[in-house]
Amino acid sequence: MNSRKLMVATLFLAMFVQGIQAETLQIDGSTTVGPIAEAFAEYFKGIYPDLEISVKKTGSGDGAKALGDNMCDVAAMSRFMKSVEFTKCANKGIMPVAHVVAMDGICIIVHPSNPVKALTTQQVQDIYLGKISNWRQVGGSNLAIVPVSRDTSSGTYETFHGLVMKKKDIASKVEYVNANPQAHARVSGNRGAIAYVGLGFVDKKVKVLSIDGVVPSKRTIVSGVYPVARPLFLFTNGYPKLGSMVHRFVTFHLTEVGQELVEAKKFVPVTDY
Amino acid sequence: MSSAMNNRAFNLSVKPGGVPYSPLALTPGQDLKGYVFSKLGKATLFLMTCSSVFSVLLIFFFVIRESLIFFEQESLWSAITTHEWYPKSENPRHGMLALLAGSVYVTLASLFFSVPVGIMAAVFLSDLVSFKVRAVVKPVIEILAAIPSVAYGFFAVLVLAPWMQDHWGFSTGTNALNASIILSIMALPTIISVAEDSISSLGPELREASYGLGATRFETLFKVVIPAAHSGIIAAVILGMMRAIGETMVVWMASGNASQIPTPWWDLTQSVRTMTATIAGEMGETEHGSIHYGALFAVGVYLLIITFSLNLVSECFLARAKKAMGKT
Repeated sequence: MNSRKLMVATLFLAMFVQGIQAETLQIDGSTTVGPIAEAFAEYFKGIYPDLEISVKKTGSGDGAKALGDNMCDVAAMSRFMKSVEFTKCANKGIMPVAHVVAMDGICIIVHPSNPVKALTTQQVQDIYLGKISNWRQVGGSNLAIVPVSRDTSSGTYETFHGLVMKKKDIASKVEYVNANPQAHARVSGNRGAIAYVGLGFVDKKVKVLSIDGVVPSKRTIVSGVYPVARPLFLFTNGYPKLGSMVHRFVTFHLTEVGQELVEAKKFVPVTDY
Repeated sequence: MSSAMNNRAFNLSVKPGGVPYSPLALTPGQDLKGYVFSKLGKATLFLMTCSSVFSVLLIFFFVIRESLIFFEQESLWSAITTHEWYPKSENPRHGMLALLAGSVYVTLASLFFSVPVGIMAAVFLSDLVSFKVRAVVKPVIEILAAIPSVAYGFFAVLVLAPWMQDHWGFSTGTNALNASIILSIMALPTIISVAEDSISSLGPELREASYGLGATRFETLFKVVIPAAHSGIIAAVILGMMRAIGETMVVWMASGNASQIPTPWWDLTQSVRTMTATIAGEMGETEHGSIHYGALFAVGVYLLIITFSLNLVSECFLARAKKAMGKT
């Protein structure tokens, strides 16, 4: 009898304490930034067991909308907010503030046996437009070029389409694969192939081309010298209150663990040392 | 004697000779219970059967409803007669001709490989081989159907594609030919087992009559047995065709997914993209309710129309095959 009373009391107390401590953190947005946010969230769950944290991967546009509607604390976006989105938020009294969590650098890769070492952005664009169809035209051997692209719904495609293709339509003969490892496999298995993958997916089985004379590396990507790279954002409503959970979350990429997690997700951490 | 009969008639619980005797007649309660349970059981089974019919209808309804977003802007005909598929472009275009062509190319080419092999194998299994060998070979062929399609896909990308590049000098190994070879292997078990069933169900009379007239085994097989079983064989081919046209994972991995119609048109060494692969590859991250989303469902509508009509035709031939069997 007594012990049961004690149990009920403990349970009640536990619920009460939980009610005070339970903090929620909702993240919504880009499928590209999603993996980083998820990795952070996973780590946060470990250190703050009472924190209720959820990550939705809906798309940059949906993230911006959710922030404007006050449906999330952090909006993950692979691009900056468009002026329309920004105005919508501002009209509802929400001031979006951008935090750059990582850089997405995209490497143009070819088969290791390919003698071509460098291309310009224009040449890469012409290859994917179908204007250049043989490696001889860009100083290589007489071999047909097999351009490989990521599927149009991927963030990598979005970056490539914006920065290299300048939003022009890719030729219809271009092949599509739906993951970075597949693009890598296609290039390492075909002497004429060319593809683009995130910096984290590059290894010895493929050769990275320098673009406009710049070899992609963490340094060149973060400093902005390499042309095919973009920042990835987390947006909050105003600058979060210092020390709050939102503040800890959007500054987590500055910590050592945060940077390791960013790198584990094949992105480039924002540092310059 | 008569009193014993009376006893039986009026007192049903009599157990003659100590043997447990269960009466034929039921009490009203038992009767009612039996009635209710039999009706209930029937109704449950009916509902379960209906659930699959119902889900077919639901699928039709859902796919068509979602595609309306697209068909409000483009007609059924204009979508299928233009070939530029650029859903994510600044100026989005949703021409499905190249996708339809991709599906047709890959399917027909796979039939070109699988039909002769499948029919020959079916004839061999039903007429030529000893029972012992058949008992081993047939289950092994049916295992082919149990291998997950993604495993076939890996084989296509990692083994067949590089092999084609190295030995046949193709610029790309992931092309229409690669996909159709893999698809033909996947369609084989369907074709073989349905065709074999229809050939072996013909019965010995036909063959014996043919031998009796002095025909050789070759003549009997090709001039009597196969023509007699043609309905079942056609049904087998159509079922194999449906397997090929509906397959997604393998074509997404093996065909290269370039949304083009090969030039020249017979060049199977070029990369193509099928309707199923397009849906699978692009549906994941498409914004719900956008025109692109609607267009993918529109592709699904065309696919449904194709498979539905193929299914009707095959049902028709299967029914005919059954009828023919009944006659002989």
